[in-house]
Amino acid sequence: MTAALKDRDLRDTALEEKLLHARLAHTWRTPPGLIGFFTTVDHKRIAVRYIITAFAFLFLGGILAMLMRWQLSRPEAGLIGPDLYNQIFTIHGSTMMFLFAVPVMEAVGVLLVPLMLGTRNIAFPRLNAFSYWIYLAGGLVLWVAFVLDMGPDVGWFAYVPLSGPQYSPGKRVDIWAQMITFTEIAALAISVEIVVTVLKQRAPGMRLDRIPLFVWASFVTSLVVILAMPAIVLASTMLILDRLVGTHFYNPSEGGDALLWQHLFWFFGHPEVYIIFLPATGMISSMLPTFVRRPVFGYLALVLAMVSIGLLSFGLWVHHMFTTGLPRVGESFFTASSMAIAVPAGVQIFCWLATIWLGRPVWRVPFLFILAFFFTFVLGGLTGVMVASVPLDTQVHDTYFVVAHFHYVLVGGAVFPLLAAITYWFPKMTGRMMSERLGRWSVALLFLGFNFTFFPMHILGLQGMPRRIYTYQMDLPWGGMNLFVSLCSIALALGFALFAFNAIRSTRSGEAAGDNPWGAATLEWATSSPPPPYNFARIPVVSSANPIWDQGQSLPVASGLSVNRRELLVTTTADAEPEVRETSPGNSIWPFLSAIATTIMLVGSIFTPWAVVWGSIPVAIGLIGWFWPRGTPEDDS
Amino acid sequence: MNQRIITDLSRLPLHGSGTASLTWWGTLAFMLIEGMGFALAIGSYLYLVSVAAEWPPGGVPPDPLWGTAVTAVFVISIVPNLLLSRWAGEEDLRKVRIGIVLMSVLGLVPLALRVFEFSALNMSWDSNAYGSITWLLLGLHTTHLVTDVADTFVLAAVMFTRHGDNKRRYGDVQDNALYWNFVTLTWLPVYACLYGIPRL
Repeated sequence: MTAALKDRDLRDTALEEKLLHARLAHTWRTPPGLIGFFTTVDHKRIAVRYIITAFAFLFLGGILAMLMRWQLSRPEAGLIGPDLYNQIFTIHGSTMMFLFAVPVMEAVGVLLVPLMLGTRNIAFPRLNAFSYWIYLAGGLVLWVAFVLDMGPDVGWFAYVPLSGPQYSPGKRVDIWAQMITFTEIAALAISVEIVVTVLKQRAPGMRLDRIPLFVWASFVTSLVVILAMPAIVLASTMLILDRLVGTHFYNPSEGGDALLWQHLFWFFGHPEVYIIFLPATGMISSMLPTFVRRPVFGYLALVLAMVSIGLLSFGLWVHHMFTTGLPRVGESFFTASSMAIAVPAGVQIFCWLATIWLGRPVWRVPFLFILAFFFTFVLGGLTGVMVASVPLDTQVHDTYFVVAHFHYVLVGGAVFPLLAAITYWFPKMTGRMMSERLGRWSVALLFLGFNFTFFPMHILGLQGMPRRIYTYQMDLPWGGMNLFVSLCSIALALGFALFAFNAIRSTRSGEAAGDNPWGAATLEWATSSPPPPYNFARIPVVSSANPIWDQGQSLPVASGLSVNRRELLVTTTADAEPEVRETSPGNSIWPFLSAIATTIMLVGSIFTPWAVVWGSIPVAIGLIGWFWPRGTPEDDS
Repeated sequence: MNQRIITDLSRLPLHGSGTASLTWWGTLAFMLIEGMGFALAIGSYLYLVSVAAEWPPGGVPPDPLWGTAVTAVFVISIVPNLLLSRWAGEEDLRKVRIGIVLMSVLGLVPLALRVFEFSALNMSWDSNAYGSITWLLLGLHTTHLVTDVADTFVLAAVMFTRHGDNKRRYGDVQDNALYWNFVTLTWLPVYACLYGIPRL
């Protein structure tokens, strides 16, 4: 038997169940200790790491928010000076958008997409490892700079000319622009992985109309990332060039144009909102059936709604620029398109309502978060339709009304579903359940705390309070409401703290979950919690959109894959018919080394353009080391 | 959950090419990212044209000689590139080795011509926005060219090792050839932009 075990082409069919699991665990293992930490390519480990890091950034950004609320709680407070305040709101916004919201949504995709598709690892697992290290480096660059009082201070969208060489000397804006580069590389890498995984690694039989809705959401989101993020890479590169080597892209006196920045930024920046929101809608569509005990209502409508949101998201960017004096016909077009996107968003809401209406609700914590989402997001959506109209937008532009609007959309529309998702899929990360009792308390604190914190900001905005002011005078009528907002924000912060406490405590001592604690229908629940390194001992075969519910007691599977090399199944794009037994790359230190080399190059480029030339040599060495074949079973055919 | 085996996959091939290959799709996704980058850079060029009173400012368009030479080399290179891809499909190691060495050398030619092309732009990147966007477009394409040539050299080296004669490597050669076509195709609109629009 030992000789047979060494055979490279040993198949699962030759092994009894116990031996099969042992062999697969050996083939797909991550070494223990530090070596494993730096070399692993297991999508689940990387995703969990990504999620923890993103939440760490959420808490850092939250601390900044609390500092701002402390400063604004009364007129002419002296806690934070204007320079530090500018840094704080810039770092808060940049952290929440680039280091928390986008990465955490992508990370949940990295965790769940392969599990929901019934495959063993994400496509291009080493790129996945590289993505995490680059993301981490980008976050550290921003925060280390902030601690050194070099934090960017021009707002999260860094408008020129303020961010240009003339008005922002020093390195602060360069730090911001390179942080963007880091996070965009990381996000683009994940998007490529997810697109290819969804197209080619679905379980046999998982036709397009049987793909779980969260996977659809991740797929559409990834395409949006692929088409939107090049705009910000281009824009921030031009900004850095203007600042470092004297180009004139945004300099009107030499033929450049400041609005070019706004066009490029918002061509990315508006889809960015949907990059955050679409995965959240996918999470809801995937969780909801479990809590109302019936399949989702309007599967096709939901898929089409997501695709149309993805498409329409590219036709809205100018509504961020209504006060820049664009031609009126342009404004009308973008008003219409901005209102049009409410249609697919509405279709989704009605499909979910119908699902709940026709089902038998189970009032568990994820479902409560979903209900909190409904109330909060619909309010944010309504103010969204309001600011889509030019006259109203002109009135409330750059006021707290807008601050209230986008926090309703982003926290209500994305963070509540995300917290539902973390609670729901916690077993797949840790093998344990989160505490239901603490969870209910955090839903209540977050929901009430959020609404009492942000709803009054609508009124403050209508009363004329501008964004991004570090203080306001005694005689302005904003003091009372600001104090109320600041006090309520404590409840919101406590809600987040309680959620974190619950997660940390449950990781250690939560109730053991079992494979399918919620009685859900999709494939991630057909394997253990947490899943083994190879996800599935045998690849599931699918014949409906809710395989576990529809298959009765036993799951149909396919056999015949090798157990002595990392092997997974490639299927056809439309019908998911088995096509090839493909290998999946093993652990490697090179993605980490390449990420370090890339970091040195990008950070160096802030100080001298030559860093790009000399820095590219170690990057090239890193990449060659990464791709050079090693004669492992995975490299051979 | 209990399992029942209903199908056997052991007869499937061990490696697929084209649409059956993950790296083919990955290459396509990266081409989409970079293609979008080119499209937006050209969009920015046109945007700056639309706000300028005179294009180019000062009225001296770039000298088209070297740019046209680069274009010619690119167009010609498509033939050996397609042949290389076909040989890789046939898994003919000897021909692939010849082809990839040829393509490595052929990659260096436009790179060398690029040096002259930059100096024939008649404008520095820091003179005005026209100079900046012109250098940016040419620089963006040159970055792709350098990356692809470096990649081709590494792949050529691999093809002369014991790892060369392998379906997976032939697939890499095909993907690399696909990427060269992309570098060629993206050049054509950039070329039209840089040399055509200043002459309109």
